[in-house]
Amino acid sequence: MNILDRYHAMEYGPAPEARNEADAWLAARDFGKALFIGGDWKAASGGKTFETSEPSSGKLLAKVSDANAADIDAAVSAAAKALPKWSASSGYTRAKVLYAIGRAMQRHQRLFAVLESIDNGKPIRESRDIDVPLAIRHFIHHAGWAQALDRDFPGHKGVGVVGQIIPWNFPLLMLAWKIAPALAAGCTVALKPAEFTPLTAILFAEICERAGVPKGVVNIVQGGPEAGAAIVNHPGIQKIAFTGSSEVGKIIRKATAGSGKKLSLELGGKSAFIVFEDADLDSAVEGLVDGIWFNQGQVCCAGSRLLVQEGIADALIAKVKTRMSRLRVGSPLDKNTDIGPLVDATQLDRVKGLVAEGARQGAVCWQPDAALPTSGYYHLPTLATGISPANILAQEEVFGPVLATMTFRNTEEAIELANNTRYGLAASVWSENVNLALHVAPQLKAGVVWVNGTNMFDAACGFGGYRESGFGREGGREGIFEYLAAKLPLGPVIKPAAVSAQPAEQSDGDTIDRTAKLFIGGKQVRPDGNYSLAVATAKGKLAGEVGLGSRKDIRDAVSAARACKAWPEATAYNRSQVLYYLAENLSGRAGEFAARLTELTGATPKAARDEVDQSIERLFLYAGLADKFEGRVHQPPARAVTLALHEPVGVVGIVAPDVSPLLGLISLVAPALAMGNTVVAVPSERYPLLATDLYQVIEYSDVPAGAINIVTGRTAELAAVLAKHDDVDGLWVFADADTCAKAEAESIGNLKRVWSGNGRGLDWASDEAAGDAFLRRAVEVKNVWVPYGD
Amino acid sequence: MSSTIREAELGAGASKVTPLPARAAANTPVPLDHRIARNPGMKLDLGFMESVRSVNRSALERRVASLTKRRSLKADNQAAWLLRAVACMDLTTLNSNDTEERVRRLCAKAINPFRRDIVEGLGIADEVIRPAAVCVYHPFVATAVDAVRGTGIHVAAVSTAFPHGLAPLSTRLQEIEASVKDGADEIDVVIPRGLVFGAKWRELYNEIVSMRAACGDAHLKVILGTGDLATLRNVMLASMVAMMAGADFIKTSTGKESVNATLPVGLAMVRAIRAYFEETGYLIGFKPAGGISTAKASLDWMVLMKEELGRPWLEPELFRFGASSLLTDIERQLEHHLTGHYSANHRHAMA
Repeated sequence: MNILDRYHAMEYGPAPEARNEADAWLAARDFGKALFIGGDWKAASGGKTFETSEPSSGKLLAKVSDANAADIDAAVSAAAKALPKWSASSGYTRAKVLYAIGRAMQRHQRLFAVLESIDNGKPIRESRDIDVPLAIRHFIHHAGWAQALDRDFPGHKGVGVVGQIIPWNFPLLMLAWKIAPALAAGCTVALKPAEFTPLTAILFAEICERAGVPKGVVNIVQGGPEAGAAIVNHPGIQKIAFTGSSEVGKIIRKATAGSGKKLSLELGGKSAFIVFEDADLDSAVEGLVDGIWFNQGQVCCAGSRLLVQEGIADALIAKVKTRMSRLRVGSPLDKNTDIGPLVDATQLDRVKGLVAEGARQGAVCWQPDAALPTSGYYHLPTLATGISPANILAQEEVFGPVLATMTFRNTEEAIELANNTRYGLAASVWSENVNLALHVAPQLKAGVVWVNGTNMFDAACGFGGYRESGFGREGGREGIFEYLAAKLPLGPVIKPAAVSAQPAEQSDGDTIDRTAKLFIGGKQVRPDGNYSLAVATAKGKLAGEVGLGSRKDIRDAVSAARACKAWPEATAYNRSQVLYYLAENLSGRAGEFAARLTELTGATPKAARDEVDQSIERLFLYAGLADKFEGRVHQPPARAVTLALHEPVGVVGIVAPDVSPLLGLISLVAPALAMGNTVVAVPSERYPLLATDLYQVIEYSDVPAGAINIVTGRTAELAAVLAKHDDVDGLWVFADADTCAKAEAESIGNLKRVWSGNGRGLDWASDEAAGDAFLRRAVEVKNVWVPYGD
Repeated sequence: MSSTIREAELGAGASKVTPLPARAAANTPVPLDHRIARNPGMKLDLGFMESVRSVNRSALERRVASLTKRRSLKADNQAAWLLRAVACMDLTTLNSNDTEERVRRLCAKAINPFRRDIVEGLGIADEVIRPAAVCVYHPFVATAVDAVRGTGIHVAAVSTAFPHGLAPLSTRLQEIEASVKDGADEIDVVIPRGLVFGAKWRELYNEIVSMRAACGDAHLKVILGTGDLATLRNVMLASMVAMMAGADFIKTSTGKESVNATLPVGLAMVRAIRAYFEETGYLIGFKPAGGISTAKASLDWMVLMKEELGRPWLEPELFRFGASSLLTDIERQLEHHLTGHYSANHRHAMA
């Protein structure tokens, strides 16, 4: 073609990014010694390697050391060895290291981008303009957190040695999301990149060498499932941070149950992309391009479910199709490529299989008429219409360039459809009406909501999911907490409840017989099984009988808690007043509760009175904090505000300790209530009468029905039922170690957020057993991005 | 011809014309037909305007930011696209110290835009590639018409009390008629921006209808003065009114506002063009003007046209740059393409 031909054709033509530097880098490395442990490059001790190839051609790129358990052990040892000095170093020292990493990455920005595109297959435009700059931003942003740690997080310290496992879709960016906050918090790390994409992590390790990262602070171990399992199970690791599939996330949750390891999981998603009739439709179409065709759709928060208001559905779909036909599928190293290959043949097969199954279930799948490159794992952008919510394409995460489309009639239905998923990672809301957008955003069960935008990320803003999309946040202030341990006053080890002889002898007293029932949905109800549990006094006599709650009572209690809308929707001021009123009414009966404590626990009258007074004080505290534990406004480097909203976790199960049976229960229930959660509490198995005595106090205090539900019975049994209940969003367990471990292990059904004392209680009487550390457990942080400008 | 008569002629049903063949949507490729059916306009349809008033500035800014980074032109393609920019250029002089001699120089440059060695080096001697028009103030129309006679270069006159548009309507219409009489076949009119702020759409519509009538066969380009309009929503709505009133082109700026043609403004306008096309089947031209002085910027604008509207909008019938210094920068880039040497302004003949 001569220039005149081109003048008439007006096509873009190829615009290849040079790869010679990257090829030279590849050629100069011994990938058989790719384990970066304690500042040295090592071969895998088992001598094994795995292959990484180029998705655009299938060609072999390198054979990379494949770490085994011994190598992981070496990496963890190196991290543990480096920990004391690193964690004790000043924030300024750590800030300088993070800054140096960021700047050094900046100096090698293009090499990172080209390597990433070669290894992963993502278009160079994305690696160059999005992944790598964001990764750099993460390090420079977190340099500031390192120095601000003492100021902003008093009473916290770094959690210790961290094991991190990252996916292949954003290899360098996910590495940055993991390593930057860990180093800022004074942790040392052992990180395992994904097998498909080991390369940029190796370049990053080289950067660490040059940027003055102390040996052992960052260890990068390449490997597969064996290495991953070794990290998860290593006793020398205090925290696991994982990004990947929900399936593996659940395995990790189960494997770490009872280990005391802190855990954060960033998992899959089926994020809704909601377009209302007053949206800027052309911009919404571009939003979809950024939402589902970004990185070939291999994005955990991809806007894969398009929900469009009926009146504009045809117009929008027409625009989407037109736009799709303009997407350029091709070599990742061509600057004009919009969609590159999927990462691997297995991934391509999976996507094709899901599309075929979706079509079999009635979806109409449309693809633009475009030629695909002859080699490589390419998949055309795909639009699936005629989708019912039950269709596999509406349910399952495809992790490919496939958009499932449904319509809705009104706002309520849009929200319902959006939330009709096990996942809860992200959502987009498109409307020019700020009233509508800000009405919908808080009602979406998703950790990130973009208003009139999608796939916006920043180091200053939190990212992470609700529901089975995982827990924990990355980025922003909320992300730092994931690498910190709060100083909580530990209590004694909790022993499993002994099955003691039933007290027979009625304790002294000339009172009318009282039947302590369960408290569910605002009513005192008999246990479903109609059995009772005898409660002994401190002297071993019969103090009374409480209902023996069973799984069905838990079921009913959870239903009541779920049905209670009045409490989560109440204003914080309103909740505050109810909690004050609870305190007021408890105060009115303080003597009675103190006497009960003495009767049951044998506490001295003074100690008993102190516990009651402290319980009242604690209610007062959380009543006051109900409208003060507020979210933040993050400031990403864009014309946007990001509202980090504190939302209630939802239905929270609380398994309260025997020690301080009143104060312990109230110390847990009050913060949960203050933040708008509804609660299903299992009180002390040994001293449940303190909880049943509360029923009347609750009834007098204007607490909406279902906000507090109390089920007495066997702690271990009821904790397990709560753990297995998939409509319980959070579970706090202060019980024996075995009960705690089982609760964590059984939580995987819906990945509820479990807070366990791991067999230890807290010193409930301590002032430190209250406050932000509790409130933080009681909220999800939702980041709502609101770009603005007119 | 008064505006009321025009509206009556069009009638209620006349706004929906039979579209040109094979156009599913404006930005799908259509066979190039250089004879573009002229926009007859339509009645002022406030409901239609309402349906396009949602313009999200942040989203448009993100779109243009990624658009210009997601398309890249290299080597011969880049040279070809730069030649295209020249072919879609209204080579312009709009200075208060313009003289007839200055205008003749401009015309001479338009007739012979490239050095001979560049034409030969690029292998484009078989085709005439030169600016589509010269654009001048009214007093120089006759001079320009004389200078470009026989070349096929159009003569565009800025009109209607350019750049502010604040003269009496009768004066403004007379100015159009005078320029047409002197031989201008393209008339670049300005709108009084106050009508937009006051949402006086009917008044604006009527004025433009009158201007179109005054143009006769001359093509009407309506300058919105987007730098003055404050919001992209105003830009979108003013674009719609101009097209409904019969504009052949809509144009961003006079070059005299404090903010010139920007890509987000351009994006709003081309989306207005697309919406009008989808509604009526008529293809409206687009002319960004003011501040576009580098070859790189011209490529960004052409990428915008190709991505949002498609190939037809890379022909001078539907796309023009209003530019004065852009040509020289393009010449320098073309010389660099041929020689590998970075060039200097003084190596290329000035206008």
